[in-house]
Amino acid sequence: MNTNSNTYTIVYATVVVIIVAVLLALVSQVLGPRQQANVRLDQQKQILGALKQDISNCADPAALYDSLIKDTIDVNGHPVFVAEIEGDPKFVLKLKGAGLWGGIGGYLALDKDKNTIYGANFNHESETPGLGALIVELPFRQQFEGKHIRNAEGEIVSVAVLKAGTTAEGQEQVDALSGATITSTGVSDMLRTNLSEYADFLNVKSCCGKCCKKQAEGCCQAQEGCAENAEQPECAQPTDTQIVNE
Amino acid sequence: MALSQKTKETLLGPLNANNPVVVQVLGICSALAVTVQLKPALVMGVAVTIIVAMSNVIISLLRNTIPMRIRIIVQLVVVAALVTLVSEVLKAFAYDVAMQLSVYIGLIITNCILMGRLEAFAMTNKPWDSFLDGLGNGLGYAWILIAVAFVRELFGAGTLLGFRIIPESWYVANGGFYENCGMMMMPAMALILVGCIIWAHRSLNKEEK
Repeated sequence: MNTNSNTYTIVYATVVVIIVAVLLALVSQVLGPRQQANVRLDQQKQILGALKQDISNCADPAALYDSLIKDTIDVNGHPVFVAEIEGDPKFVLKLKGAGLWGGIGGYLALDKDKNTIYGANFNHESETPGLGALIVELPFRQQFEGKHIRNAEGEIVSVAVLKAGTTAEGQEQVDALSGATITSTGVSDMLRTNLSEYADFLNVKSCCGKCCKKQAEGCCQAQEGCAENAEQPECAQPTDTQIVNE
Repeated sequence: MALSQKTKETLLGPLNANNPVVVQVLGICSALAVTVQLKPALVMGVAVTIIVAMSNVIISLLRNTIPMRIRIIVQLVVVAALVTLVSEVLKAFAYDVAMQLSVYIGLIITNCILMGRLEAFAMTNKPWDSFLDGLGNGLGYAWILIAVAFVRELFGAGTLLGFRIIPESWYVANGGFYENCGMMMMPAMALILVGCIIWAHRSLNKEEK
């Protein structure tokens, strides 16, 4: 057979492409659920990391996640994971930004006052190992614990990631990674922009009282099924926060 | 198993005398990118070895049917399919590793060693020889990667495979005398190290030429 004729070439190319396409589609179908489970588990592990849970020896992180995370709230398309640790609520915000080579992301856990950082966890797609990639390591992440995202006036100003020796006006700061200026700036920018996107959530004072909806958009709407003359819960100072799970 | 002279040459030649990286100077790009730490270098080496060997076999099986005018395209389709398969399998069964290698798995497609072996060997040789050739070239590439990564991780971070080798107490920060070599973290250092390996390799193999 003449393997150089036009007809043969076209038929050959078509057959090869179809075989490959069918094969890849099949593999993708078969492995899809497993991959999605991996992605979900990875996200859960990252959230647990932001909540300062040590999962290195945890046999079943998914069960731990289920036991800690009580609720997920949607704020203008951004998720807030509501966790409960030792009776105290923590709010985990999802972060997304840009590093040097690719995207970076992370989770920021806030205390119930929606001001103090409880824990932080970062991830990256392709930062330089040993430099920018160090944002995922504990020494960098632990710097954020206990910092405040608000200034003295209560405005959301985020936390700056700065070279040691420089100071930011009116906001708290952590040390940047040496040799990874652009990734560090990326983390700083990511925190600022993402926190401002969560402003609707962060600026609503938490609700209290039994008969109220969880605070998504507004505060303290009466929950469905509540008696009309039920005592309307009032907005409490953030320190009195109580998450209503019923 | 006793290997014939030709088989031996096909399999072991690329490890030394005909090494794809240090002699043919192919695949340098990924050698710079994944050698900051030992673990990604290891996985990359294994992945490339598997893909070169398998694509060599497939192209060798098809070699008499492939129309000459589109042979490069057919080779590329086979390689791309295999790389996608490996990437999907890694995502399903070794998610951490897949995340760590991220784009580099996809970039195996552009590794010159693959196209080089398919064009130069698999198109004209039998499947078994092609398999050995792919295995040899993949391993030849892998050991260079591992050698470079070993030096870079040891001197750049003081660890190997994530385990600490250089004690914390040696560091200046803890009152010691030692500091990591920041240059090792830069891609340029990989080029210098590959250059050193090529230099050592050439001077050792001088008399054979």
